[in-house]
Amino acid sequence: MSITQERTNSIIGQRMLRREDPALLTGEAKFTNDLVIPGALHLAVLRSPYAHARIKSIDVTDALTMPGVIAIYTGKDLHATWAAPMPCAWPVTPDMKNPAHFPLALDKVCYVGDGVAAVLANSETESRDALDAIDVAYEPLQAVTDLEVALSDKTIIHEAIGTNKSYTWNLKVEATEGAVDEAFKNAAFTVSERYIQQRLIPMAMEPRAVVAVPQPFGGDITLYSATQVPHILKVMTAITLGIPEHQLRVVAPAVGGGFGSKLDVYAEELLCVALSRKHGAPVRWVEERTENTQSTIHGRGQIQNIELAADKDGKLTAVRVRLIGDMGAYLQLVTPGVPLLGAFLYAGVYDLPVAYDFSCTSVFTTMTPTDAYRGAGRPEATYAIEVAMDALARKMKIDPYELRKRNYIKKEQFPYTAFSGLTYDSGDHLAAAEKAMGHADYAAVRKKQATQNVAGARKRLGIGMTSYFEMCGLAPSRVLASLNYGAGGWESATVRVLPTSKVQVVTGTSPHGQGHETSWAMIAAEKLGVAPEDIDVLHSDTAIAPLGLDTYGSRSLAVGGVAIAGACDKVIDKARLIAAHQLECAAEDLEFAQGTFSVKGSHDKAVPLAAIAFAAFTAHNLPDGVEPNLEAQYTHDPKNFSWPFGAHICIVEIDTETGKVDVLKYIAVDDCGIQINPLIVEGQVHGGVVQGLAQALYEEAVYDTDGNLKTTNLAEYLVPAACDVPPITTDFTVTPSPTNQLGVKGVGEAGTIGAASTVMNAVIDALSGLGVTKLDMPASPNNVWKAIQAAQGGK
Amino acid sequence: MKVSITINGSAQSHDVEPRTLLVHYIRDQAKLTGTNIGCDTSSCGACTVHLDGEAAKSCTILAAQADGGAVTTIEGLAINGEMHPMQKAFMENHGLQCGYCTPGMVMAAIGLLNENPKPTDEEVRLGLEGNLCRCTGYHNIVKSVLAAANK
Repeated sequence: MSITQERTNSIIGQRMLRREDPALLTGEAKFTNDLVIPGALHLAVLRSPYAHARIKSIDVTDALTMPGVIAIYTGKDLHATWAAPMPCAWPVTPDMKNPAHFPLALDKVCYVGDGVAAVLANSETESRDALDAIDVAYEPLQAVTDLEVALSDKTIIHEAIGTNKSYTWNLKVEATEGAVDEAFKNAAFTVSERYIQQRLIPMAMEPRAVVAVPQPFGGDITLYSATQVPHILKVMTAITLGIPEHQLRVVAPAVGGGFGSKLDVYAEELLCVALSRKHGAPVRWVEERTENTQSTIHGRGQIQNIELAADKDGKLTAVRVRLIGDMGAYLQLVTPGVPLLGAFLYAGVYDLPVAYDFSCTSVFTTMTPTDAYRGAGRPEATYAIEVAMDALARKMKIDPYELRKRNYIKKEQFPYTAFSGLTYDSGDHLAAAEKAMGHADYAAVRKKQATQNVAGARKRLGIGMTSYFEMCGLAPSRVLASLNYGAGGWESATVRVLPTSKVQVVTGTSPHGQGHETSWAMIAAEKLGVAPEDIDVLHSDTAIAPLGLDTYGSRSLAVGGVAIAGACDKVIDKARLIAAHQLECAAEDLEFAQGTFSVKGSHDKAVPLAAIAFAAFTAHNLPDGVEPNLEAQYTHDPKNFSWPFGAHICIVEIDTETGKVDVLKYIAVDDCGIQINPLIVEGQVHGGVVQGLAQALYEEAVYDTDGNLKTTNLAEYLVPAACDVPPITTDFTVTPSPTNQLGVKGVGEAGTIGAASTVMNAVIDALSGLGVTKLDMPASPNNVWKAIQAAQGGK
Repeated sequence: MKVSITINGSAQSHDVEPRTLLVHYIRDQAKLTGTNIGCDTSSCGACTVHLDGEAAKSCTILAAQADGGAVTTIEGLAINGEMHPMQKAFMENHGLQCGYCTPGMVMAAIGLLNENPKPTDEEVRLGLEGNLCRCTGYHNIVKSVLAAANK
């Protein structure tokens, strides 16, 4: 019953090494495709080679004779299996168009990669071999890959809805009617910019994998999937297949990265469950990388038009935004909501009067469906406002940092009620920026730039910055209701002190690289006064952790971590009653510190939590009305979003002969409130920054006009390697969130949100002296070189 | 066809299809699932193992080509439950997050130090060019490898 180690110092804030690592480092960790399931059949999916085509006929005769083939199904064969179409949980407007789609296409395919037939065979290779023997006759139709062409409805993709437009969503907020127009009329300076958020492929290193295992009796099914969202997946699978939810168990084994791409309900998950029921045998599927690039969601995909109005000092007076969002061929789980997650952020970190006019129209195209990708809407918004701020500074001929300083929401204005009505919890943008400027030695770089960037210089220096605000900690359920989201934003935790005083923490979050087991144990250790080694963290299995809303949107700590703290409080409250009973004193007279209850003022009268846990277990002598066992469940529904922020600076050198951008230095100063484990926080920032930097410099899902994806693998889609990215200088300011007891904000997306605009501002800063003031991402050597040539008159 | 390969010191022999890649042999026949598959173009390096002492992407080699050879996988690095210095360095420097690229990254990093025991930051970055990671931004991977080199 003894606690392993008496704890004296605070655990929160320690750079504790991750308990997840030994299994991952020795190959012992089991990812979904590592699971050994005897007797499993293998699923392979035949995918459309056309972006847009009618299916005239499917002949499976030859394929059925292939070795090892058990069965082949088309969309029509399985149509009666589905109780509902594939789920979209976010109907953003009442009139949003959502064409029904099913795990396998029925009459039409709408993107390259759309599922057409399912092969079940005895082995993975046999299932794939049989795909080639299926004969499908297609009638090709016009592909639609340009968002503005899609909007023209020249070629309708989904005839049943009669238009390619899914929805228009508006957020117009004015102090008085006409305030935005008035502000633009009276502005001393305006800028009007158009940016392209290119499509990105999330590329988690682990491709998706699924195994559905039916139990021999009673109809129960266990679904193992490489998912971020086992809980959501369980609900949606039950609804889509019309099977009782309580007969489904969803397990996310070790998951090799997600970045939003595993925040979804996918055809293959539904197919594996449906076919395992049909055949009474386990069914497994593993995605190849080429499939992954076509059939797992893409991210971004927006045309952004942003206009800023400013007074003579550069103080912003109004912001107007018009977006076109690329939904891809169908709406996946939260596809339509992605642009909305950024809708409140196009004024960035600036003190904007109530004069904001945002509108997003989203369209279907014949490309892979888009959905949430790291940052989801917020990197896009941050990019637009921050690159536009640099454009405004250039127009005003003032330093971009000076322009930002004139506009920052000031520290003393927090909590700050924004134009939108949302309350920003806490922040100090100037402090973060000053710290970043210090690391950059800004004045010295500007001086060097003036010397270096002379006419005819081959290598030009550029420096760019971003100040960002991130709306995360998704989310207050009532706010989600106002956005018409189909679920709440709470998170659940159960804390259980076992008879021997070891602790189980059960969380509804579902980690896939973030180190929740380590951080959550630290939170419970801090609260309960127990050594972290004595705490086990259970997650990602709906039989063990039945309540949860999973991991995405930098929500896990700010919602799920806070839920654990709340459950610990309830455990302590209950233990206090038992302690008071044992010590024959009033509960109010007890204080709890370092795992021990003691009577205030007389510390010899004390009882450790361990003894109370055992007493609660034996239940021999509990106060009246107190149930046996020491366990509590707590659900945290946040009062507000959390608002992490920060300032990033990038210094680049560009070879004007080759167009190659070298990142000389990248500085990230982030503020995610209180840090539970700074080691993990830094890792999140490093990875996030590189994903944002990769959007700026390398990555793009390229489609040809026939709707063929040209970047179908890791040889063609440029995920950067170690030699393509710089070391990252990380530093922090710490401004606790006042809206939760841990003071935390979340950090999973911060790096990505800050990085793309920072790099692009540096690139344009380097080239603006040559007349290049606009450049679409990625700033690849080819694109940079062409922009320089165009600006120099094509010479 | 019959293929005999010594894996992590244990000699084994299996019947495989001639087209079987070494990575599939390791995962499916030898039942060692620590070696991961992350792509189908030999780009990502998740499947890196050591073949006859040298780091190699096990998806670029047929099992038949490795016949008679000796393979070390991530499972073969720890000795008596004690992690290899490179594994320890990754743990101590937070050189992994989701851990999917990690086995290949560790095997490649050991291979790198075998050839260049005291690399610079830049040499580490260039040396790991064939191994992709989506989580860490490489910062702490480079730090881990340099730390292992300095032990």
